[in-house]
Amino acid sequence: MEEVLFFIAAIGALGGAIGVIAMRNPFYSVLALIVHLFSLAALFLLLTSAFVAAAQVVVYAGAVMVLYVFVVAYVGGGGESAWEPIPGQRFLAPLLGIALFIELAVAVLSSSLLALGEDGPHVQAGFGDPAAIGRLLLEKFLLPFEASSILLLLAAVGAIVLASNRRQENA
Amino acid sequence: MSIDWFIVLSALLFATGALGILLRRSPMVILLCLELMLNAGNLALVAFSRMVGNGQGQVFAVIVMVIAACEVVVGLGLIVAIFRRRIPLNVDDLRELRG
Repeated sequence: MEEVLFFIAAIGALGGAIGVIAMRNPFYSVLALIVHLFSLAALFLLLTSAFVAAAQVVVYAGAVMVLYVFVVAYVGGGGESAWEPIPGQRFLAPLLGIALFIELAVAVLSSSLLALGEDGPHVQAGFGDPAAIGRLLLEKFLLPFEASSILLLLAAVGAIVLASNRRQENA
Repeated sequence: MSIDWFIVLSALLFATGALGILLRRSPMVILLCLELMLNAGNLALVAFSRMVGNGQGQVFAVIVMVIAACEVVVGLGLIVAIFRRRIPLNVDDLRELRG
């Protein structure tokens, strides 16, 4: 049962990822990324991390993707130009991608981590639920938590400054 | 399900994202491919957290999600600013960072 769920979610994640890079229209790319994110949330649930899966669906597939859809609708899904500045980019790029995957796979499978081939240790019922993650975030990792909140504030202010309409002083 | 399946899937997703960054020219699709790579990293973090058996890797994954949200906000702000100045949204035309 677990294997079936894993392969369904893995096919969804991989298909979504390929859809993101294969679609000509950016709007369809965003929709493919939403499929990818939901499949990843299912994979997180298989790894018994309920809070990360919920945050994935709520934050990513909910909030961030809405932002993407708004910007795609504002900018408009223009087609890409056929001009190729680097000769043979269409052939070289897949070779480099495959080489990167082979390199990563070799690095993982030849590592000396013995626990990699096992199911992982047995964990008790509360593993990865919001209470456990919240306790870790607010006790052990309080400083990274606060730093990330300041970073979010800075990013929001920066986005307002970047996207605000200041045409008159530029002209 | 053993952990190495998840790690190999994460490597595959990361390579797919990198391939998209190499192939595509629209800045918006490149941002989407960056999301793919960050999510592949998140999958590896959560899988290693399950392998070790404590929740610290999951906290790391949540922080990575926050960083990804910041990157999206600033990147989309840049795209809107570029669009307002009537500059074509193509990374080959944007290689000189001048207004």
